[in-house]
Amino acid sequence: MAGIALEIVVYAENLTKRFGGLTAVDDVGFQVSRGEFFGFLGPNGAGKTTTMKMIYCVSPKTSGKLEVDGIDVDGDPAKIKATIGVVPQENNLDPDFTVFENLMVYSRYFDIPRVEARERVEELLEFFQLEEKRNVIIERISTGMKRRLILARALLNEPNMLVLDEPTIGLDPQARHMIWQRLRELRAEGVTILLTTHYMEEAEELCDRLVIMDYGKIIAEGKPRDLVEKYVEGDVLEVTTDENMTSYLREHHGDLHFERVENKVHIFSKDPERLLRDLMAKFRVESTLIRKATLEDVFLELTGRGLRE
Amino acid sequence: MSVSIFRIPRLSEKAWKVWLRNRDVFLKTYKVNFIPPFIEPLLYLFALGFGIGFYVGEIEGTSYAAYIAPALVAISSMYSSFFECTFGSYVRMYYQKTFDAIIATPLTIDEVIAGELLWGATKSAINCSIILLVISCFGLVSLKWAIFVVPFSFLSGVLFAALAMCFTAIVPNIDSFNYPTYLLITPMFLFSGTFFPTSILPAPIRIIAEVLLPLTHVVRILRGLTLGIIDWEMLYSLVWIVAVSAILFLISINLMHRRLVI
Repeated sequence: MAGIALEIVVYAENLTKRFGGLTAVDDVGFQVSRGEFFGFLGPNGAGKTTTMKMIYCVSPKTSGKLEVDGIDVDGDPAKIKATIGVVPQENNLDPDFTVFENLMVYSRYFDIPRVEARERVEELLEFFQLEEKRNVIIERISTGMKRRLILARALLNEPNMLVLDEPTIGLDPQARHMIWQRLRELRAEGVTILLTTHYMEEAEELCDRLVIMDYGKIIAEGKPRDLVEKYVEGDVLEVTTDENMTSYLREHHGDLHFERVENKVHIFSKDPERLLRDLMAKFRVESTLIRKATLEDVFLELTGRGLRE
Repeated sequence: MSVSIFRIPRLSEKAWKVWLRNRDVFLKTYKVNFIPPFIEPLLYLFALGFGIGFYVGEIEGTSYAAYIAPALVAISSMYSSFFECTFGSYVRMYYQKTFDAIIATPLTIDEVIAGELLWGATKSAINCSIILLVISCFGLVSLKWAIFVVPFSFLSGVLFAALAMCFTAIVPNIDSFNYPTYLLITPMFLFSGTFFPTSILPAPIRIIAEVLLPLTHVVRILRGLTLGIIDWEMLYSLVWIVAVSAILFLISINLMHRRLVI
């Protein structure tokens, strides 16, 4: 890609958001290019949703710079909002209306002419397999359908950027894969996508690039595979363990990184087979597993295992 | 961060889209929505107008039923717009997250609230028109000025809708609406020259009722319009209503802005 100037769609610099005494987003900077699938990971309360809300102009920034499509978010929010689609974390479909009416009423807020809106609504109902439920009132459709409908609603104005705050929260694997497939199709059409998620495999599957946030700060940034290579070495050996084994590891394999998780130890190693043979020779090992390191390992490594809320 | 209560809101014709949304919901359930404005005035007319009116006889030269008929219109204006913009708006704001969904589109929160206020005023105009029809059927309305009841009930609707929205912006939860309902709305229902003239109230209460209570001004104008007697006091009340509506319109939008833009 050298030589090709990438167009920056979201530009944040020294971006800060305070709620009273709490600093929810603390002096962060990042850039998202046109057509990129960009992820925000982090534990609850890390500042992901607040960052998203500043980007889609419903929560004003406290200080710093934030531009979407070259427009300052404080300058012309209506213009920004006209070209983006938002999937919020909470379901806020209109319970007073049916599936079809939800989309028609929402299209009015974007000034889409009625005839055109009707055509788009039909297309979106088909794209998200919701035609059968078109005349059903919102409270009678499943969680998965609600999420699909919210995504359909976010596409009504044919946005060039989608802002998705945990779009697949609480969905079964079938529904999740269906949404992933649709998102990949949209990305292929050139739509820029911002995503927050707690599902690491989702981020790994979809994101070109991502940031990990914690306590309002960005603590890591990069492509999912690069992050794995950078922060955790090679593969992971999981074995049942006891105190003797951990002190043995500390004495004889001091260079290896390992972590106690309940009655097991996760050891990050480039040659897990050899290590396992060594351990089995000296200890009674009840269960073992060798797997590739994942984004989840990076995430837990960087943000720790302590509960946040 | 929070805005001044006298800031000029960011408004455009987009506010009507919120009005349209509420109208669409209203039309979906129109059969139920038309019950209160039909039934309520009938109950009051029979119980008070013709029941108690039998013993009262005449007030200020008109039959008791004709005296209270415009008050029923005024009360309906107050109830329909006040409750639309307290309980109705609160449910849309807090439980249904409707406002959150709308402000992710090009609309501003100011436009959402303005649309809600206009809809509250429209509810007043709809209900008042129906009641006007009902009391006209009983021959309690002089037709000379009666047509002005409809636009006026929209204006009085703005007044009570904006008053309501100020409370919606500050209540911690939906149960707290009991305070304005029982400490403000119910006293107005009884003491605003609705069922008896304010002139018979003891001096301090009378002054409060005549100067401060919005409903007194609304009743005065509606009584003039339905009885066909126009006087200068009505002009004073009209100016009062326009001025207070404008101020409350501004304050209510800014208070909601403070609540919702964080």
